[in-house]
Amino acid sequence: MSYEEIILDHWRHPRNKGRLPHPDAAAVEANPLCGDVVRIELGIKDQTIQDIRFEGEGCAISLASASVLTELVQGKPVAEAAGITDEALLSALGGVVRTRLSCALLPLRALHKALGQHRSPDDGGPPPGEPPSAGRCTSSG
Amino acid sequence: MEIKIRDDFPLLQRTVHGVPLVYLDSAATSLKPEAVIEAEATFYREVGANVRRGAYELGAEATERYESARAKVASLLGARPDEAVFTRGTTEALNLAAWALGETVIGPGDEVLVTEMEHHANLLPWQELVRRKQARLSAVAVTAEGELDLEDFRRKLSPRTKVVALPHVSNVLGTINPVPEVATAAHEAGAVVVLDAAQSVPHMPVDVRELGADLVAFSGHKMLGPTGIGVLWGRREILKDLPPLLVGGEMVHEVWLDRATWDDPPARFEGGTPPIAQAVGLGAAVDYLQAIGMDEVRRHGQELTALVLDGLLFRPYVTVYGPADPGARGALVAFSLAGIHPHDVATLLDREGIAIRGGHHCAQPLHRKLGIPASCRVSFHVYNTIDEVRLFLEALDGVWKALG
Ligand SMILES: Cc1ncc(COP(=O)(O)O)c(C=O)c1O
Repeated sequence: MSYEEIILDHWRHPRNKGRLPHPDAAAVEANPLCGDVVRIELGIKDQTIQDIRFEGEGCAISLASASVLTELVQGKPVAEAAGITDEALLSALGGVVRTRLSCALLPLRALHKALGQHRSPDDGGPPPGEPPSAGRCTSSG
Repeated sequence: MEIKIRDDFPLLQRTVHGVPLVYLDSAATSLKPEAVIEAEATFYREVGANVRRGAYELGAEATERYESARAKVASLLGARPDEAVFTRGTTEALNLAAWALGETVIGPGDEVLVTEMEHHANLLPWQELVRRKQARLSAVAVTAEGELDLEDFRRKLSPRTKVVALPHVSNVLGTINPVPEVATAAHEAGAVVVLDAAQSVPHMPVDVRELGADLVAFSGHKMLGPTGIGVLWGRREILKDLPPLLVGGEMVHEVWLDRATWDDPPARFEGGTPPIAQAVGLGAAVDYLQAIGMDEVRRHGQELTALVLDGLLFRPYVTVYGPADPGARGALVAFSLAGIHPHDVATLLDREGIAIRGGHHCAQPLHRKLGIPASCRVSFHVYNTIDEVRLFLEALDGVWKALG
């Protein structure tokens, strides 16, 4: 009985965990359904992601996914990072059961949000760190 | 008895991820016996017509079966048939209750008293109501033992309190609340008592007169019946003064272009074509439960709950929520594993074919109070066995070994 090796490894030994002293972009995404919260911070120079950190709370899949994502993104041009697809992240994770896709993809939402704010800082979007709107109860209890 | 019962539930024949299904999420929805599936299908095959209209044989038969299902539900509750209103489920029943009471007994400055252990279905309708009526909402505290704080209840109950709403059995803590005691005090204060019985009626004998509540809501799908059908039971003297939530066909007496008069309960609250086949299916579920006997259903649920509770309390890596005494509980137990998210527990158990719930179980304020975002929950019904409980506990040790 074990999660895929990659998920367990990144959950136990998270990469790029922590905060940046002066992030150029940052965003938080949360899934109120299960309490997962992920914060992504970016250090961007010459349209390249020089530095990335994450912080989070929640299930093994969301945290491992954040850790894997930081490795995917580190050193990439902003445009390339913005183009990372759900499929690319899921395959980097070694696959994720379909019941847990929203956990696995939460960090990618945070990354896209952070990059969106970096590209258009005055587009009226929420400031970094703004909590997301309240969640819905989507299943019977 | 278990073996024979298990044969009645076709879903227990199937495998999940190549292993036999161990279904421990009946608090979310129960499995259905063949008799219920057959009753619903038979209705479509043999009758099929709409109810309360059409002066032809099939229409009369449809009405007869629909009303006979109502009579069965009423007898389960020790109530009169005209006190049982069919709804789509607990959620719709509670929305109907909140809306109708809002139109009649609640005004500006009045109060609705709920509890900290509500399912969202018995919280959000009251939130909306007090917003609409400039009334106030307050919540009775839950003690560290997971019980209603009755002192806090008495403190918060006042002549301004017009409605007291509570769950009979908490869908997270499992706590059986002392409804007669709460109802007596609420009535003395002049309040109407609304009971969310979604987790009690499916699992134990419930006599609505003994409970003393005025309106009682529950769902068919948690009591071996179909989805899409539920019940709002209401004391006759209360129902007769309540206005309908859904207006339209079949719930009226006389209609003019500019006004209408309403039919009597229960028809008044069943506007439009009701879920007829589902009601018939629920009738079959009541027959099935009563053939076993609600006392036996309760005894079996308690036996499994006691066993799982013992096993969980014995494991140092597990925290259990709610009363330690299985006699004070419904057929469910919520718990968590130290440092492991409930969704990870549920996903790993799913690989062994064991279906448990991980989440906030539509009770976010309660989880906030417990200081956790989510919890794991196992729950039972008549088809679950002692062996399944043992299998679950062993698998849980496996999860702890893998992630702990
Ligand atoms: C205590 C309680 N109340 C209300 C509900 C809502 O029931 P339904 O979704 O059938 O309307 C549930 C189950 O989901 C429940 O456990």
